Formats: sequence, C-alpha cells, structure tokens
Amino acid sequence: MADMKTAAYICRGCGIGERVDAAQMAKIAEKEGKMNLVRSHEFLCSASGVQMIRDDIEKESVTHAVIAACSRRAKTEAFHFPAIALSRASIREGVIWSQPDTPEARETTQEMADDLVRMACAEVKKMKVPAGNPDVGRNKRILVVGGGVSGMTAAVEAAKAGYEVVLVEKEARLGGWAAKLWKRVPYREPYRDPADTGIDKLAAQVQSDKRIKVHLNSTIARTGGAPGRFTVEVATESGAVAAEEVGAIIQASGFTLYDATRLTEFGYGRSPNIVDQAGLEKLAREAAAKGEPIRRPSDGGEVKTVAFVQCAGQRDATGRHLPYCSGFCCNTSIKQALYFKDANPAVDTVVIYTDLRTPGNGEDFYRSAQAKGVVFTKGKVLSVEPTDKTLTVRFQDLILNEDTAIENVDLVVLATGQVPNSGVNIDLPPEEQEKLEVKPVSILNLAYRQGKDLPQLKWGFADSHFICFPYETRRTGIYAAGPVRRPMDIAQAIEDATGAALKAIQAVENAELGRAAHPRSGDLSFPIVRLEGCTQCKRCTVECPFGAIDEDEKRYPVFNESRCRRCGTCMGACPVRVISFENYSVDTVGSQIKAVDVPDEFSEKPRILVLACENDAYPALDMAGMRRLTYSPFVRVIPVRCLGSVNTIWITDALNSGYDGVMLMGCRHGEDYQCHFVKGSELASYRMGNIDDTLKQLALETERVATYEVAITDIERVPQLINDYAAKIKEIGLSPLKGFG
Amino acid sequence: MAKKEYAFYPGCSSQLRGSASNYLTSVNSMCRTLDVKLTEIPDWNCCGASIGYAESGELPRHVMNARNFALAEKHLPGRDVVATCAACWLGAKETKEKLAANKTLKGDANECLKEAGLEYQGKTEVRHMVEVLIEDLGYEELGKHVVKPLEDIKFAGYVGCQTNRPFGINGESFENPVYLDKLVETAGGEAVTDYDQKVTCCGGALAFSEPEKSQRQIKDIVESAYDHGAEMIVTPCPLCQANVEIYQGEINKKYGTKFAMPVLYYSQLMTVAYGGSAKQAGLDGQVIRAKKLEEIAVKVVPVKK
Amino acid sequence: MSEALNEQALARYRNDFLKEVEERVEEGEWVKMCMQCGVCAGSCPFGPHWQHSPQKIFMMIRAGKREEVLTSDSMWMCTSCYNCVVRCPRQLPITQIIHGLATYAHRLGLAPRDQPTRHFSRLFWKNCTRAGRVNELKLTLGLYFKDGLVSGIKKAWALRNIGLGMLLAKRLNPFELIRGHECSDKAGIQKMLKKAHELENRRRGFQE
Repeated sequence: MADMKTAAYICRGCGIGERVDAAQMAKIAEKEGKMNLVRSHEFLCSASGVQMIRDDIEKESVTHAVIAACSRRAKTEAFHFPAIALSRASIREGVIWSQPDTPEARETTQEMADDLVRMACAEVKKMKVPAGNPDVGRNKRILVVGGGVSGMTAAVEAAKAGYEVVLVEKEARLGGWAAKLWKRVPYREPYRDPADTGIDKLAAQVQSDKRIKVHLNSTIARTGGAPGRFTVEVATESGAVAAEEVGAIIQASGFTLYDATRLTEFGYGRSPNIVDQAGLEKLAREAAAKGEPIRRPSDGGEVKTVAFVQCAGQRDATGRHLPYCSGFCCNTSIKQALYFKDANPAVDTVVIYTDLRTPGNGEDFYRSAQAKGVVFTKGKVLSVEPTDKTLTVRFQDLILNEDTAIENVDLVVLATGQVPNSGVNIDLPPEEQEKLEVKPVSILNLAYRQGKDLPQLKWGFADSHFICFPYETRRTGIYAAGPVRRPMDIAQAIEDATGAALKAIQAVENAELGRAAHPRSGDLSFPIVRLEGCTQCKRCTVECPFGAIDEDEKRYPVFNESRCRRCGTCMGACPVRVISFENYSVDTVGSQIKAVDVPDEFSEKPRILVLACENDAYPALDMAGMRRLTYSPFVRVIPVRCLGSVNTIWITDALNSGYDGVMLMGCRHGEDYQCHFVKGSELASYRMGNIDDTLKQLALETERVATYEVAITDIERVPQLINDYAAKIKEIGLSPLKGFG
Repeated sequence: MAKKEYAFYPGCSSQLRGSASNYLTSVNSMCRTLDVKLTEIPDWNCCGASIGYAESGELPRHVMNARNFALAEKHLPGRDVVATCAACWLGAKETKEKLAANKTLKGDANECLKEAGLEYQGKTEVRHMVEVLIEDLGYEELGKHVVKPLEDIKFAGYVGCQTNRPFGINGESFENPVYLDKLVETAGGEAVTDYDQKVTCCGGALAFSEPEKSQRQIKDIVESAYDHGAEMIVTPCPLCQANVEIYQGEINKKYGTKFAMPVLYYSQLMTVAYGGSAKQAGLDGQVIRAKKLEEIAVKVVPVKK
Repeated sequence: MSEALNEQALARYRNDFLKEVEERVEEGEWVKMCMQCGVCAGSCPFGPHWQHSPQKIFMMIRAGKREEVLTSDSMWMCTSCYNCVVRCPRQLPITQIIHGLATYAHRLGLAPRDQPTRHFSRLFWKNCTRAGRVNELKLTLGLYFKDGLVSGIKKAWALRNIGLGMLLAKRLNPFELIRGHECSDKAGIQKMLKKAHELENRRRGFQE
C-alpha cells in the first residue's frame, strides 16, 4: 500500500457548484476521506479538466481517484483512466437532479453530496486495478454439436470468419430434419412458392471446407475445461474416442417431432391416411421421386381433399401434450397445402387452425396460399375418424360457432410440435430422473459440478437469456442455437446459428485476453478466493448460476475464471467472506456503508441504504434524476454488480451502524427473469428471506429490510418506491440501534 | 382570365331547389371571391350514388360516371372535373380507378358509351371541391380573402365518410382528418379539434330506409358536438348535412333531447368570412338557422386600406 | 326470370359457392383473402344490427352456406361508409364485396323481399336512370308509399315537419312531381344502360 496515492476531483459544472457547497465537499475529501490530493474544477469533463487528472496520474503518480461529478454511467469516455482505481460519486444525477431546488432542501441536499464523497473516498482506498484473469485459454477452435441446418450454418459462418471448426453429428449424414423435407418455406421475395431446401449445397459446403472437421455417427462422451481450453471426447462409431481441444461450443442439437402416436384423438395410427408433417414430407419426396402426385397411402387412390390440423398436441391446456406453440408449423402446413395446390388446383386443401401464426414473412406466404385457393378455417378439430377409404374430420367452427364436419377427406396432416433435444434436465433431482419414462441422453456430458448438460428454463428448452441475450446459455462459452433454444423454422435457425457463431468467436477471443465475454464484456476482474479461510460449505459451487466453480477432492472450490461472468454471486453467498474481486469486494461496499454519516436519533433524519443493481435499478434511478423526479434525501445508494453479490454482512453492518432501513433493488426473477445473471436476484430474495431471523435477534422490525424487483423502465416507479419506503420508516420510527455501532 | 378553371359536376342534390341547393349557392359565391371559374359539364347525369348498387350492378354504374367524364373530355378538355358532393366524387373516382386498372371493363364501358355517341379516354381527373381549396389554392391563399373572421364561433368539423374513405384527402388520416378544422381556423373560427365523432357514419342513404338506426348515429354525432362545446357543425358532404340537420327534430321527439344545432357547409363559412351576404352564403337554406353566422354576415365589412 | 337464374347458378356451381362468388359477384375474388381478424365487424356503424358480420359472411361463403348468405339481411345494412375498407389489414374492398353480394342476391331473387334498403336501392336506380338525374321528391314519396297508400300518407304525415322545413328552406321543390330535372339526352342514356346490362350479364355468365 506504500505506493497508493489518492486524489479527489470535485466538479462544479452542470449546476453542482450552485446547488451544493463544493468547497465543503473538497474539505471532507481531504479531512475525512484522507485524500492526498484534492482538486475542484468548474467543468471537470472538459479537455482541461480531464487533462488535469491525466497530469496528476502521470506527474503526481496518482493511483486511486475519486471523481465527484456525474453518475458512473455518464461521461465514461472522458473519465476513462484504465491505469488507476476509480470511484465515481454521483453528485449530479444522484443528488442535485433528484432533490428539489429549494432553500428548505439545501441542507439535506448538501448532506447527500457530502456522504457520497465520503463513500467514494472509502471505496477507492479498498480498490485495486484488476490485473486480468490468469485462466487464459488460447484455443480458438469451435465445436459444433449437431449437423442440421443450425449446426452446419454455424460451422460455415465460423469457418468463413477464419476459425477452425469441429462438427459432431450423431447420424451417418449431415442435414438433420431439413434433409428429410421436400421443400422449405420460401425465404425471399416474393414469398410465394415453396423453395428448394438447399440442404445438399450446405452439406457440400461443410464437407469441402478445409477448416471444418466433421465427425459423423459420433456423440460427445465428455466435455471439460472452460472457454479457450475445452477438452472434448468424441465417441465415434467404431467405439474409439477422439480427443478434441476447442475454445467454444455451439450446441445445435435440434429437436424431435412430438410423438404423434400420443394423439389418439386425431386417430393417428388408426389409418395410414393420417400422417404428421414429417410423414407428409416423406410422401411428397417419394411421389416427387416417381414424378407422380401424392397418393392416398391406404390404397394409392387419388387425393382430392386434404385437411391440415394445426396445433395437434400443441398449445394444450389439459397437461397431456405440449403447452407451447412451435411457431413453424402454420407455415409448414401452408407449404404442404401448396404441394397439392401447385400440382393440381382442383385438390381441396383446408387448413383448420385456431390462430394462424406465420412469423417472419410468412404473412406473404399465407396470402399467396389464399390466393391459390387454400381454404383456411378457424376451428378446433374434435376428431378424425377413419371411414371406408377416407376420413371424416369433425371440428368446431369458431367463427360460425357450430360443430361441423368435412367428409371424404383423403389425407389428414397433423401439425405436431418440436421437442428440444436438450439432454438431461440437471435441475431435476436424481429420484425424479429415475421416474422418467424415457431416460434422456446427455448431449454434452459436461464434467461440471452442476451437471452434464445446459440448464433448462422451461419445457425442456436450453435456458437462454431470452429478453436481453438470446444466444447466451448459462454455461459461458457454450451457445445454444436453433430449435434446442426455442422452437423455430429453418430461416430463424440460420439466423440463430449465425449469431451463435459470432458469440462463440467473441468467447474465444476474450478467453485469450483473460477477460469476461459477457455481459461484463471486457471486464478484467475475476473472483479471488482465500482458500485458507474456506470452510468447504459448497455454497459458492452450488449457487454459481453459471456452473463456473467445480470442487476438488477435498471439496474446496475450484474456480474456472473463464467460465465466470463476474456477477459476484459467489461473493454474496460466502458466509466467511473469502471471495472478492480486486475492484469489488465485501470491503469496497462495506467501507462505503460505514463511511456514511448517520445522524443521531434526535435529528429526525433517517438513513436508508439502497443497494441497487447496476444493470437495471441504478440506470432507472439515473434516468429518474434526468427527468428531475425527486426522492427522499435520506437514501444513500450503492450500485452493486448484481443483487446476487450482496453479502448479508452488509445488511447487518448497516443496521448495526444505525441505518433505519435497507432497500434492495434487483431485477425480476422467476420464469420471465430479467436478471443479467439469471439467478442473482432470485438468490438475493431467497437470502433476504432468511434475514428476518437476524432482524429479530437485533430486535428490529422486519420492514427494515425490503427487496424490490425493478426494471430499467421503472423510471417513475423507483422514486415512488423510495418515497413510500421513507414514509414507512417514518411510520415505524427511527432505528433504536443508533449510536451503538 | 380566372385564376383556376374547372369542369363542374354539381350532382343531383345541388341543383336549384334541390336538398343541397344552399351548398351550390355558397360554392358559387366562394369561388367568385377566389377567382375560381366553374363551368358546368353540359348535360351531366347522376353518378348512381352508392345506394343504387342493387339494381345497377357494376358496369351500368361505371358507365354512368364514365359518361360524365366523356362529356367533360369532349366539351371542357384539359380541365379537371370538380365535384362538390362526396358521393359523386367517390363514385367518379372509383370508376376512373377501376377503368384504369381493367382494360376489359374500360372496353365494355366505351362500347356502351358509343350508344350515346361518346367516348371515355381516362384523361380527366376528378377532384373534390375541398381538394381544389387546399391543394390548388392552399390555406394561405384562402386566408388572404378573409375580411370577416368568424370570431367566437366554435365549429365541430364533421368530416363524415365519403370524402374521407376509402380515398380521402391526400395526407389526411382516415381516423382523424384535420383539413376541416384547418378550414374553420382559416375562416377565423374556432375548431373543436377533439370532436370525437368527426368520421362517424350518419347512416348515409340508409337514413331513408333504416331511419331508426341512422338516427341513432346522428344523435351521437350531434350530441358529441354539444358535449365538446361546439355551436355549429360544419361538413363537406351534402348527405351528411341533410341527415344531421333535418332529423334533429325527429330525434328530439324520440329521445327527449333538445337539439338545435345548425349544420353548415365549409363553403358557407368561407362565403361569410369573405364578406358575402347571408343569401350569398345560402344561410336562408338552413332548416336550423345559423344565427351567429347570419349576424356576422349582416355586419358591415370593414374597409380595406 | 330470377328463379331461372338461380337454378342455372345452382346447376353450374353445385357445391362450390366460393367459386360462384368469385365468378359472379363484384370483387368476389377477394373473399378467399380474408384472414378472419374481425376488424370489419368491429368497425361497422351498423354492427349491432347485422346478423352476420362481413367476417362471418366471408367464412360462410367458404363453408358453402349459399342459402344462408344470399337470403341474409346483413348485406343490406351497409351504409357505404367504407370504414371496414380502410381498416382491413388485408385491404379487401369489403364495402364493394358486400354491395356485390347484395346485388347478386337481389338478381337471383333470394334477397329478403321486404328489405327496406333493397327497395330503396331499386327505387333510387330507377329514379335516377329514368331521366338521368334524381327526382328527390318522387324518390321520397316512392319510399313512403311502398307499403300502400294509407301507410304512405301516415309516414308523410309523421315526417311532415321535415318536408315543411325543407320546403321553407327552398330545398324541396313541389313542382318536381310534374317536371323535375332531366338530362336532354335521355334516349342516349337509356341505350347506353341497356347495353351495359347486356354486357354485364354476358361477362358474369348470366343467361336470361
């Protein structure tokens, strides 16, 4: 610490100088913050202001600086000093813009500003400049699991960008589902007619590319390591195992069509004239090979009427079938109806749907089919009954509100949905796994402490951060692409695979530089554990949302920094507080909490600590400031990387120091989570559920700690939450613990 | 020479002592001030309106409109046809569009016209009088002639259907067209811009065949004008004008309301604003008298410097 | 005449009412393009008075409900406000299709016999084509007296204030009864329209 030289810079611009006493803040930085150097500037982000700081770094050897100006989210280019530790006190957004500009408010406004300076000075002294992650992997090959449209596209795109690819396909040939289709839904103007699949061309492209190595008839026996240094064992047909070293993985393991034999209500299996969409593709290919029209399977009779049953075993509310919409099947039925209409306009084709959903440019395709005479009937199919040679389709007409039937149907096509090939559900307890009818086969066989496959979110689809980062899974460096991620058609799968290839490239490049890929892209900090203090409690290894931490034989945590997202959930979990980041630790936050000047109980000035997620709640507070929405002057806001990183010691320390309340603001959790780190806010809410006992021990009301779900768009709501909470604190009274801390 | 010249298609209701004769009177006065010359298409015929469809079918309806175009092309070449009636304009415009898009239909129409010794070429455009005002002249020009701003009168601009849909005035929205409000403001009046029934249907021709249903529409239209503080309704359509004005008494009888809301044409507003007399503005043609407007009309025009 | 037409259509199109509509009804080829969203139904000013909204009518055509569609009162509720047309996301000319269907039902003699709008529509066309221009007084009186003299007098009496108001406002001319506005080339117009009906019948496949 001998080399630490601290400095504080107080900006007077943007009205700060007029609203608060900058000289007083400077004095606090010097006397209480013990800053070696304190300077004030009328316009700190100007060229001269920035130059002043640069000069100090160079000539005065400043290593740690406080900038008391605007929010840490503003002026990031101007205040970019990567060589020093930096703390920003948000005097503009956090104080003068969020407080009323009135003489009465002047005193409390000044107190806020003073505290923020104290907090920043305390924080910066506990910070270090991150040195970068030692877990550097330099392998830049990309493994693609699955040789369907998604996998092949990802392989070709990565290869085109100059990366070597290893592609593993379990079947004997490339192509996946798409190779079984006769045509695909059109994907370019004018979206009128079914198009060639182009799958042979794509497969040939894969096979002829020198950068792509293909393993057919192969599966993944084991995957270990981390981004930049994955080791993968490929089990080949001969039984031999091929070892491959790769830097990132794209899982494009696709889907299985929902088992139509379960659709007894639509007579599947009772007549060969009832097929699923795959069955119709087969008929179409066979017919095309013979140069004949599609014939009735039962007796080769002429097909005059075809009915398509949409949502067969999908969007099911009874719990027997798939609850979701697979999204591709309406367009597929339109395409298949055109197989008949284009060949012979006299064939009657009826699509019976409840809601026709045609994503992408499917609307044009839908129109084209209508113009060609495909009839669309809004209805719910009640039954499909085989008669002599044909079928009777009974349905409820949802527009005319009557039960009706189509007779003499030669062929019924059931539009069944996609079931993802996502391997083992690692969140299912072993005893539940045992009960499953069909034992899922692992796709990746990950040698991770938390399980063999990608975590799933819902309905078996690999979890992807659906709202913000769709390609991300919860395993860093492993990207899900195509229908394993969510149901989709070929056009979407191609786009998806291209995106996943780019993410994989981003992962290998960042792994080489020892920094985070996502979402704290470029972050050089990483969790450091003091193993000598560790009690092997396993909370970090269990709770890490990204499975980044394994365990050694003695159950000590083994950090794989390249798999880490730097959320700090492990730091929040650790009961003995041995996990920290160089620039973000139990101390950097704890010292801020303690630096706040807590007035005594007679002042009638409560202090409320707000721990705000830096991804959503903190920006929302900033934007509230920009809109000049005012909130209570008694809050002291500290941004945190994620609520998951909040260690309960901060809460107990705050309450012990006489704070009257603590607000935790994180993202929405649960099924439609918005947490950047998936589980962070959920874990925080769970941990805070346990804090009630602590409060009771301290003889405090449970309201003194409150957790909120806040979205970045809650700009008006956040000040309201604060004000309501401040009113609540006023109601229950100031903390009895003041003056004892 | 006049500033602008057009082939005029007044339509059946605007003829002398027709149900919209006051519309014609005021249009003529307004155009005199604006130096717009309207020459009636010789021997023009009915457009068939939108209600004649059941008996007319498709081709006969188009032929009726094509005959008017053919007459205009023959006698008044090079001039746009101008209609004052919404239904006439719509019918003519639809015919022009259909015949332009369908060669067979155009051929058929000409085969029929031959029987009357005429030929349709499709060279002539058809415009609504409102288009002439706002597109050919512009609000600025219209405003220049105002000598008696219609101060302190609040007008609900009731656009109705057929000048608004399906074609509408260029640049206006179907759901909230604002040209009528702008015309009101140009004439110095106050437009009730949040009038929410401005594009509600008055029942159209079904006011005759389905009076109950139509009068329910009209009731909403008038009531909303009152609710929004309007003193008068202004409209560009003769059928709207007639329906909304003349049934108010019937509605009062049925619903116990006390409606007495004058319903005027934009051209009557312009005429008064331009210094025309009540007679020139056709104000004597109102079933419900527009007293405030009449008062302005009798005021002495301030002398221009 | 209309009965024969109906027989002929039935024989020709058997069960394919959609095809019949596409070939014989103005803008009928658009019916198949409806996507059943229902915006038309919600946009119609006479919505509460329809038995079948345009959306339903189109669905019924696809379902082959010929009799129900052509005898429906619903098409006659159209006020020609064109609200459905401008709002239809598929840009179907709904107003024109509805008029077309009404016209077709009228021609086949299937439209409801006493439908007032049907009656008025026929009256209007006769009125305006007789002399080339509308005779407003005769049109109004024709409507009043459609159900006979007594009923006509009653209606005229009930609405006397309207007529009086119009008369006082010089917007109604009692002499129209004797001599109204007329085109000079009445004969030409008649010939022209006769030809138009002939041609239309040929194009639409009607053989009378």
